[in-house]
Amino acid sequence: MITSLTAEKLACTRGDRKLFDTLSFRVSAGQALAVEGANGAGKTSLLRMIAGFLAPAAGRLVLKSAQAEITDAEERGKSVGWLGHHDGLKPQLTVREQLDFFARLYGRAPDPSALERVGLARQAELPCRYLSAGQRRRLALARLLVSERPLWLLDEPFAALDTAGQALIAQAMARHCGHGGIIIAATHDPLGLGNESLKL
Amino acid sequence: MSPFATLLVRDLRLAARSGGGAALALSFFALVATLVPLGVGADLKLLARVAGGVLWVAAVLSALLSLDRLFQGDFEDGSLEVIALSPLALEAVALAKILAHWLSTGLPLTLLSPLLALLFNLDAAPTLTLFLSLLIGTPAVSAVGAIGASLTLSLKRGGLILPLIILPLLAPVVIFGAGAVALVLDGMSGGGALGLLAAFAFGAVLLSPFAAAASVRLNLGG
Repeated sequence: MITSLTAEKLACTRGDRKLFDTLSFRVSAGQALAVEGANGAGKTSLLRMIAGFLAPAAGRLVLKSAQAEITDAEERGKSVGWLGHHDGLKPQLTVREQLDFFARLYGRAPDPSALERVGLARQAELPCRYLSAGQRRRLALARLLVSERPLWLLDEPFAALDTAGQALIAQAMARHCGHGGIIIAATHDPLGLGNESLKL
Repeated sequence: MSPFATLLVRDLRLAARSGGGAALALSFFALVATLVPLGVGADLKLLARVAGGVLWVAAVLSALLSLDRLFQGDFEDGSLEVIALSPLALEAVALAKILAHWLSTGLPLTLLSPLLALLFNLDAAPTLTLFLSLLIGTPAVSAVGAIGASLTLSLKRGGLILPLIILPLLAPVVIFGAGAVALVLDGMSGGGALGLLAAFAFGAVLLSPFAAAASVRLNLGG
């Protein structure tokens, strides 16, 4: 189980443009951090950096667990549950096939109850191409749940969701933090978790 | 099911359901192989002589049709990020995709080749050599193609650039594959050419997952 994620003097440049510099923060187990800022401020870049997709121009990220300190980006990625801009779903696969694929890929047994938890049990045999944007987002949330990763990185988690969907994801986030997980979310909306905010 | 097998099965399922993989490649392969004898005419000796080269070039071009989507689909819809964060190393991801591409394209092309060899008046021995050369060589096409597909991942018209990158790299495959058929037609053994083809294919399958994974990593960094 991870105990904290610490960013030490992180810097990010995209081309000639410096997005942020000397960015430092610490998020402990059970906490959430909302990353706020205008479009193009570097919210998504920060999430991609934490996930290990993007290398920082300077500084370092340290993921601490009771046993070890992880500084390697690829190793850190193995603790990450990712909900990006795109939902990562295939129109040709059914909702159940899609979820089972991700569960097995992450070394977990398929969990049919995850679909019930996100309100998609009735759509289980429906190909993903017939899902609405909100339903796709709910399925992406189900994927996040079955991955059972301790560090959730969420990019605009409330995007395309109706009020019930937003409540659902807020509930899932609260439960994740309650179980000692960490959430870092790039968002324009309040997370409602009594969380800290980081302004870029 | 292991994560590797899970990804392999999903990619095979997608290839079967999207209709743009094996069916398109097989149709293209069959059409080219049918048109060439119509263009060359009824000179049976000439047809047999050009059969190896024509069928090999047709097979490579057919496989190319679906190669640009090897990583592109997953990259565009965000699946690649989720896959990259899975316990499966990116090198294993690339290998699973190469294997899925070969099973859905290279293998069906190989299985169809004896039928198309009839159109070129090939006897049993050169037909068998052609079949074996495609069986040995098409994995190299998928493997080398994976490098090209990963390099052109974030390019808007990557599919157009892909052939320019990988066709020169596939020249040895065509030379050894078609060469083996030509040797058998001349009454010699095609074993040497097939051996060289196998060595090239082995090297390509062994090394390309590392090259493709490195390129995918760069593209994910965007």
